[in-house]
Amino acid sequence: MVLLQIIAGGLLLGAVYALFSSGLTLIWGMMNFINFAHGEFVMLGMYVALLVLTWIGGGPGVFGLAAALGLFILGAAIYFLLIRQVMRGPMLAQILSTFGLALLLRYAAFWMFSPNFVTLPPTVLSGTVNLHGILLGVPQLVAGLVAGLLALAMHLLLTRTAIGSQLLAVAEDRHAAMLMGIRPDRMQALAWGLSAASAGIAGALMALSYPFSPSVGETFALTAFVVVTMGGFGSVPGAMLAGLIVGLIQALSAYYFGPIYKDVIVYALFVALLWFRPQGLLGTA
Amino acid sequence: MRWASLAVAAALLLYPWLVAGTDSAAFLQDMGALVLLAAIGASAWNIIGGYAGQISVGHAMFFGVGAYLPLIVYTQWQLPPLAGVPLGIAVSLVLALVVGVPTFRLVGHYFSMATIAVAELVRIVMGNWDFVGAAIGIMGPATPRGWWDLIFRSAVPYYYIFLVVLAVLLAVTWQMQRSRLGYYLRALRAGERAARSLGVPVRRYKLYALMLSATFTSLAGSLYALKTGFIDPDSGFGILVSVQMIITAALGGAGTLFGPLIGAVILVPLQTATNTWFGGGGSGLTYIIYGGIIVLIARFEPGGLVELWHRLAALRLQRRGAKRHAA
Repeated sequence: MVLLQIIAGGLLLGAVYALFSSGLTLIWGMMNFINFAHGEFVMLGMYVALLVLTWIGGGPGVFGLAAALGLFILGAAIYFLLIRQVMRGPMLAQILSTFGLALLLRYAAFWMFSPNFVTLPPTVLSGTVNLHGILLGVPQLVAGLVAGLLALAMHLLLTRTAIGSQLLAVAEDRHAAMLMGIRPDRMQALAWGLSAASAGIAGALMALSYPFSPSVGETFALTAFVVVTMGGFGSVPGAMLAGLIVGLIQALSAYYFGPIYKDVIVYALFVALLWFRPQGLLGTA
Repeated sequence: MRWASLAVAAALLLYPWLVAGTDSAAFLQDMGALVLLAAIGASAWNIIGGYAGQISVGHAMFFGVGAYLPLIVYTQWQLPPLAGVPLGIAVSLVLALVVGVPTFRLVGHYFSMATIAVAELVRIVMGNWDFVGAAIGIMGPATPRGWWDLIFRSAVPYYYIFLVVLAVLLAVTWQMQRSRLGYYLRALRAGERAARSLGVPVRRYKLYALMLSATFTSLAGSLYALKTGFIDPDSGFGILVSVQMIITAALGGAGTLFGPLIGAVILVPLQTATNTWFGGGGSGLTYIIYGGIIVLIARFEPGGLVELWHRLAALRLQRRGAKRHAA
């Protein structure tokens, strides 16, 4: 019974990982670009939730939307101000642009919010539900389900809509897409906005049940690296599956080896993936 | 140019003596040693990050290993810390292979992702491993048992030890630039696919560059531990250790011989100043500024100050030429 409960908890958290990792893999697939500040977007989503809840009030729906909207704008702005220029530059510029951004956002948050851990004030989502003896916290349950649905929505957006086709067209061939009347800059800004928004909502959802501080971003960025690598280059369905697997592995390793080692095992898994299966679980060599 | 280099060399040699007469001689001498140490770390990073163009954001793993092993051999077996230096290099080389072998056959950002993940992995393990002092860290000998413990009250002996190591590192880098390794690295930085199609064994040479870089980064860590006599997980393996190397090299000029030294001469005093001006809380502000500087370098001048200088010099020449042409 304990094991089942741990598996359920791991999968629910894994669904949130799947959501923000889909955002990372979207950019990766479109532009062959890894955003080192993605974890900081998640962290910012958490603080947007905190600020909205304390200043404006409202429920998780309100601050979830605020986090999505705020991070969407930030992501698109970062694309226009920074990424567009470094994208075709040397590797040094590509990596350092978002790495420096991560540092800037993290320490700006330290400065504004202090490095201490905080928790959200209680919301309407509280208590636990009992599913045939498996006790699940309502906030975790809601976060996992919403995140799962949103990740699915992202996948459908990319595969079933005109916008999705345009995004993929730009990813495939920027110039050919331009000849078809698609504006690549707009599409890529949209991708950055969506990517950051997915991180923002994921952050707001996790803020419901976990304490957070400005330094949590690094862990999320690394978790997302593992998830997107396991999911395979640019694959949203892959990232969804891998997110659930990583959540599960974390929960089980926290249970069997102690909570300190849950990240160690996931990072070691990343190195193992690079050695033995760099194309990801679903990818082909 | 030759006179300029001679003047710089003389200034570096005489610096501790030049500031000896001032009121804050000890402080300035200590800062001089720190500048040289930062230059060693950044020059070591520069071999893989600058010359080979493979951006490591987790070089702290080598620095930390180099810093821990001298103090581990002391606390465990009472050996002189110096004995741990080659061990640190050996472990660093193993880490370099663990990270480099799988990622250098892949294109894209895998190498950078792997470096930060492994550095973080090692940091967490060290922070929870009682053998190496866990989160508290470990200390070196409190009083010297002989000269070989390399414990000095003044910063001046450290200054000269660091200067010798930096000189060796720069000589090795200079020699590398003119050797097969240097040309291959330049080729693969300009275009990996083109380099490979011309028969450059890209993977192998990236690995050589990483191993050379790891060796000297580990040495930088050892020197830090010898001077400080203390190490903990964050000052050895923390992300900010890597940041320091990256920003120092990138500000001066990644992929240039003297860029890292220039970066260190600017940044270390700047950091000391912000820490004094803003007190203990200033360190956070320092890293906001660092993040900003890194973004600006990436966005506007990936070649750093050296490149900027060359560009301005070229512009001035062009203007002079235009003026002469007009006249």
